[in-house]
Amino acid sequence: MAYVTKSPWVIHYDGSSCNGCDIEVLACLTPMYDVERFGIINTGNPKHADVFLVTGSVNEQNKEVVKQIYEQMPEPKAVVAIGICACNGGIFKECYNVQGGVDTVIPVDCYVPGCAARPEAIIDGVVAGLGVLAAKREAMAKGGSIPAPEAPAEEGKEEA
Amino acid sequence: MAKRTIIPFGPQHPVLPEPVHLDLVIEDETVVEAIPSIGFIHRGLEKLVEKKEYTEMVYVIERICGICSFGHGWGYVHCVEGAMGVEVPERAEYLRTILHELGRIHSHLLWLGLLADGFGFESLFQHCWRIRETVLDLFEETTGGRVVFSICKVGGMNKDIDNDTLKKIVTTLRGIEKEIKQYTDVFLEDTSVKNRLCGVGVLSKQDAIDLCAVGPVARASGVEQDIRLAGTGMYQELGFEPIIEEAGDCYARCKVRIREVFQSIDLIDKAVAKIPDGEIDAKVKGNVEGEFITRMEQPRGEAVYYCKGQGTKFLERMRVRTPTNMNIPAMVKMLQGCDLADVPMVVLTIDPCISCTER
Repeated sequence: MAYVTKSPWVIHYDGSSCNGCDIEVLACLTPMYDVERFGIINTGNPKHADVFLVTGSVNEQNKEVVKQIYEQMPEPKAVVAIGICACNGGIFKECYNVQGGVDTVIPVDCYVPGCAARPEAIIDGVVAGLGVLAAKREAMAKGGSIPAPEAPAEEGKEEA
Repeated sequence: MAKRTIIPFGPQHPVLPEPVHLDLVIEDETVVEAIPSIGFIHRGLEKLVEKKEYTEMVYVIERICGICSFGHGWGYVHCVEGAMGVEVPERAEYLRTILHELGRIHSHLLWLGLLADGFGFESLFQHCWRIRETVLDLFEETTGGRVVFSICKVGGMNKDIDNDTLKKIVTTLRGIEKEIKQYTDVFLEDTSVKNRLCGVGVLSKQDAIDLCAVGPVARASGVEQDIRLAGTGMYQELGFEPIIEEAGDCYARCKVRIREVFQSIDLIDKAVAKIPDGEIDAKVKGNVEGEFITRMEQPRGEAVYYCKGQGTKFLERMRVRTPTNMNIPAMVKMLQGCDLADVPMVVLTIDPCISCTER
């Protein structure tokens, strides 16, 4: 836990999840799980956020919104995909309007599976995301480029 | 005439846990018109009936919405049971009623928290959600899940809840009742809260009827409409009376939901006292042939389930009409003429569940 030296703020966006993971994300913020003890606050403004929590899969309409929020966040930033839908589409994988996990649109640093993901798992995922954030910050301080976990998918890769 | 401006609201907005987009046409500070656009979380899960067997489909239907997941599961199995003519044992029906009402308590407490967050009363939000965790613990103890339960199946229940646990549910709920009252009184009596809610977003009774509002939105405008009266579940045996308020503003909608929390606690108490011993599931043979339609009162209002089968393992068509879908026209009506600062309140008080709406 040595790397929690800053107060990382999170932003949450619901891709096309069923709400189950969203209310669990919100439950993390409330007294029972209380992520504020790690200095984590939920913010509505992407420009204030360090960690991006995405629940649910992406489709043609919300793809741009997810991308926009990601691009508006300042570097360094970490993305945590919450719930199996955000990881790969989950139970809705075969639906016609589901294009797959969030990693088809933006690079994802941590995956939290589960349907719905339990708050304990979400906290674990976010804390792992903080490690990624710290590594990125260090790399930036040294003047190097930010180590991307993987390149964002190209247009053609989405069909895979 | 003042200049008209369009202000976009959503899809990503601090007060919205879910994405919905509104184009607010404003004149000075007053909203003249609101144009909603939806479709950010459409998945198309009704089409999955072609790929999943009707017994598996219940797990998909439960994930229409994580907040009223039990209610959706029940609505679907009730619809399939109706089409197949399955007689569900009474104990299973009672268990479903109890879990459904527990779900209503959890949904309304969640909503009260979001409302408090919406008008910036952060500590009230935290308290509502803290109490809600007690209800989630009851869910976890009885079904194993916190938000999605998978306990309903076609023909009955997957798991029985023994009578001691049922009694424990009642004692726990009675234990937190006082605490809930302490915080709901803040909603109903605190001056600063009342200033945000009273007289805001008024929906007249005639408008509620004309625009087909459902659930607490309709009941807060004086429309006596509650599908729990229609015969699904064990509500008739429990002596159920719908809760009606007349004012039709945000305060009335808040009051209806608060009163429903306490009503649900009473209903669970009565159901636990009356629940008979016996089987929890009936044998289900064969496949769905023909069609059936069912109505169910979800925490947000009336939901309609339709299924059609042709004697194969896969249903031919499945359709769900969800409550928020019906409340959006009413919301647009309420937004006309309200202040820009009141928009979050009006949007929140219809208790929008966008993942229900778009499926």
